[in-house]
Amino acid sequence: MPLFDRLYNFAHWLTQDRQEAEDLVQETYVKALKGFRSFQQGTNFRAWIYQILRNTFLTSRTGLKSTATVPLEPENENENLPASNDTPETILLQRSDQRLVQEALTRLSVPYREVLLLCEFEEMSYQEISATLAIPMGTVMSRLSRARRALRDTVQELQGA
Amino acid sequence: MACEHWTEKLDAYVDGELPAGEARALDEHLRECSSCATQTLRKVQQKRAIHAAGQKFKPDPAFRARIQKTIAAPKPTLWNRRWLPILATATSAVLLIAGALFLTLRGSKQQLISELVDQHVATLASANPVDVISTDRHTVKPWFAGKIPFTFNLPELQGSPFVLVGGRVSYLNQSPGAELIFRVRQHQISLFIFQDQELREAGMNEPARTALSFEVRTWRHNGLRYFVIGDASPQDLDKLSELIKAAG
Repeated sequence: MPLFDRLYNFAHWLTQDRQEAEDLVQETYVKALKGFRSFQQGTNFRAWIYQILRNTFLTSRTGLKSTATVPLEPENENENLPASNDTPETILLQRSDQRLVQEALTRLSVPYREVLLLCEFEEMSYQEISATLAIPMGTVMSRLSRARRALRDTVQELQGA
Repeated sequence: MACEHWTEKLDAYVDGELPAGEARALDEHLRECSSCATQTLRKVQQKRAIHAAGQKFKPDPAFRARIQKTIAAPKPTLWNRRWLPILATATSAVLLIAGALFLTLRGSKQQLISELVDQHVATLASANPVDVISTDRHTVKPWFAGKIPFTFNLPELQGSPFVLVGGRVSYLNQSPGAELIFRVRQHQISLFIFQDQELREAGMNEPARTALSFEVRTWRHNGLRYFVIGDASPQDLDKLSELIKAAG
């Protein structure tokens, strides 16, 4: 089960709880085996199974709660985010302190956390992310951009705290 | 072209999602614009920070065993023909998972190369690209003693178009290695040397020729793995690779 470790890691990031993550992964595997016929050959298997995991999470109690608290936002707006004034020193700090980045990721809303993990950790292409999250490519790009900014702001807040 | 044009494309660039033509044009821009180069470096570093932070939770071995049991196909019985579709499903699942494993392994190979390309780009963009500044291989090589767990030989560059700029300690998969920076005309080339065993454990075996429009040469020698990465011409990379191989 080569995807098992990664699916579990992703599930734990989403649920923030070991027991719930285990339930989520188990349900994902059961659904994947049952719905195997709905998987179309030639399409992306990884995106398919992550999609099952994520949809299962969204309909769980924790999932419903986590998305209910996320404010709606204009994701397709082509706004220009202001350039950052980071100095090389703050950049290096961000890179070196892994626990700080993990804490910041935990504090992000689920949509931001999941898009960052799919892009940076799972190294999915925009197209795979679009398939997994069932959102258009434009939304993938704008959400990623916002999520990155939110993470950087959170890291800076934590550094200042 | 103005920076505003590029600022909004930097994300797609570092994600490897910019079309090749645009990526090349942005490469050119980054060489001339320190502001965009710094922003790119920051984005690459943030990507790497999140990548490293993303691996946090490991499944419990007992849970793994439980799942394996759950997804194992039930035992067939002679009088029950229902096992046929189950077997078919299980077989396809195994094939798919093997395919996913292949993709994962291939992903990790590409990931290692792109990590080295990232490090090369970071070196290009850095204000202090090297930790030991010297054109003398007899200064650079001893500097690494005690900093990395192996030693290596550097070629004699006199009479060649290449100049040694200096070196720094680099890391790949938490293992230390050497990064040597060479210059040929206006291009910088990074030579990375790591212990081959460490990379084999990471599942990296296949050489790649290009990544993100950078030329890549890689080979093994005496238990070490060499990577030469740069945007110089393929001929220059081959030539430098030959010189390094000859120094063995």
